[in-house]
Amino acid sequence: MSTIAAAHIAIDRPAEPRLEPPPERLPAAALVKVRHLRKVFDVSAPWITRVTTGQGRKTLKAVDDISFEIPQGRTLSLVGESGCGKSTAARCIAGLQKPTSGTVSYRDTPIEDIADGASPYRRDIQMIFQDPYGSLNPRWRVGRIIAEPILALKLADGSRDVRERVADLLVGVGLSAADSDKYPHEFSGGQRQRIAVARALASRPAFIVCDEPTSALDVSVQAQILNLMRDLQDELGLTYLFISHNLAVVDHMSDTVGVMYLGRIVELADKETLFRSPRHPYSKLLMRTMPTLHSIGAIREPMQGEVPNPIDPPHGCAFNPRCPFAVERCRHERPEIRAVDGSLVACHRAEEITQ
Amino acid sequence: MLPLVTSAASASAAPERAAPLVEVKGLQVALNTESGAIPVVRDVSFEIMPGEILGVVGESGAGKSMMGTALTGLIDPPLAIVGGEIHCNGRRIDNLPPEDLRKVRGAEIATIFQDPLTSLNPVFTIGRQLVETIEEHTELKGQAARQEAISLMAQVGIPAPEARLANYPHEFSGGMRQRVVIALALAGRPRLIVADEPTTALDVSIQGQIIALLRDLCQRKGTAVMLITHDMGVIAEAAQRVAVMYAGRIVEIGPVRDVILTPRHPYTRGLMGSIPEVGRRLRRLPQIAGAMPRLDAIPRGCAFSPRCPDVMDICRQERPELKPSAGHRAACWATERGVAA
Repeated sequence: MSTIAAAHIAIDRPAEPRLEPPPERLPAAALVKVRHLRKVFDVSAPWITRVTTGQGRKTLKAVDDISFEIPQGRTLSLVGESGCGKSTAARCIAGLQKPTSGTVSYRDTPIEDIADGASPYRRDIQMIFQDPYGSLNPRWRVGRIIAEPILALKLADGSRDVRERVADLLVGVGLSAADSDKYPHEFSGGQRQRIAVARALASRPAFIVCDEPTSALDVSVQAQILNLMRDLQDELGLTYLFISHNLAVVDHMSDTVGVMYLGRIVELADKETLFRSPRHPYSKLLMRTMPTLHSIGAIREPMQGEVPNPIDPPHGCAFNPRCPFAVERCRHERPEIRAVDGSLVACHRAEEITQ
Repeated sequence: MLPLVTSAASASAAPERAAPLVEVKGLQVALNTESGAIPVVRDVSFEIMPGEILGVVGESGAGKSMMGTALTGLIDPPLAIVGGEIHCNGRRIDNLPPEDLRKVRGAEIATIFQDPLTSLNPVFTIGRQLVETIEEHTELKGQAARQEAISLMAQVGIPAPEARLANYPHEFSGGMRQRVVIALALAGRPRLIVADEPTTALDVSIQGQIIALLRDLCQRKGTAVMLITHDMGVIAEAAQRVAVMYAGRIVEIGPVRDVILTPRHPYTRGLMGSIPEVGRRLRRLPQIAGAMPRLDAIPRGCAFSPRCPDVMDICRQERPELKPSAGHRAACWATERGVAA
């Protein structure tokens, strides 16, 4: 951890523009496997209302049959707009929610078994949340917040050991050991997110699920947290599942990217391929509508329409009402995800519409 | 559905030197606390031309929203304007009695907030809210006001406007709700709209629609917009000029193209550098060390000096001024002396 600390003391030299990925990275075995994951919520009215008005049950397919693998030491991102199911997927994968069907496994062990507590892998999986104000107990001192996973999982003996671990972790994320006596409200948003990172690292995890970890932060603070997460990944060999709505952040952080729309992955590809030649019309539109510094005075071609109600998604391909390429088939038959030139794409017309 | 006829050329052209619509001179806003007044906006001066979109960018706590609030006259204790002047359309508005201020608000200056739900009353139909606002601020009454409401709904791109007047706010989606808020802001035919993070709560695909709408309205109606946001991408796309705020002051102001492509203040340079961009393959993002100072503990000299990579002795002693001029300028000693580009 000491090198990380050093890196964070001398934080401000401009970063050298190194190309990535680093050449030494070899293909690795899948650490996390997600197979046909589905999560359906019952959003029916109370039964008395249903009886009196004669309406049926309603369900919301938050995550509808998604599959992917994350190799060890890599980052896979899920990107999409609000309501696309990316956070629900994250919670299921972290074992915080039970999937309706499908499986999630970590080192070939089902996540339910790990979440139950008996598995030695329990300490390996941690999560970082979006809101650094809501995710830290305001009545606990920082030291206790960070020590909690260590104590709960019995990872250190004796209070001195625990104190040392907490101090190392704080220094590791760019704070100071003395901060363990303070309360969360004494810190800024960026510092709180560092505390959340320290807590996530406390059990020495191998896999961290990050749900919009920088969305609540200002850009300059976001840069600090993203750099910290990358440094930790390099140093500790961490594997990340990264959830974000921000394509630029996703491009910066990931090896592989899955684009989600209404509960499904519509495109999954390594980041180079996806950003160079997006195949799915939704991915293309998402990239075109993203504001950038280069779009000075430009007119974005605004995407027509809005994300439909997930309780009553369109028939066939869920994107068809907004898709400029939609044909009759798209309105009836749901496209399954399939390989097209090195990407996985769920679009009937993927080959035709590639420019 | 949306009139998208604005051309890139006209949008990026420099505003003509006509009479400014809004002139702010030496504005000071303070937060009164038990332990004394803390200045949150410090000696800020700028102008907005008719039909211009002025972007205001900065991090949380930089004072950008407070500045916007001061302009709209919605400032309430414990915040107060403690110095400077605000002129709108040739008339001083910061010292008006409440009744006169109420007329200015809505009729001359309207506001759009981040969360459309806070601007709409959930228990009245959109039609009622629009008609009421129109009747309050214009000479139109009854059926004429209703016609105007329908016309406004159509202008902001709401399909079937006549039918939708009968709907309540919750019956609209997020993007449509923000369009309703914009229609409501336009109801009093204001000359200036202060839009505080109008697209932040919206998805990127909807953001583009709302920005296109704002630009189109400025061009067609000559309405000026003060666009407050933390999103430099939105500013790049929507604004003609941009003011960068840091610790309660404007540290750099100028045409959007100049500020983005050749930023002069080290803070602006740091801010631009730290924004991740698709295709910019950096191992690490350039980052600015430390954090913005608390408003009650602003360092002596230049407030950015403790974090500045180009800091000089004078920066810790004396505060650099933002020289009044129409062009691109920055409050920085290094820029002043031609040390840094």
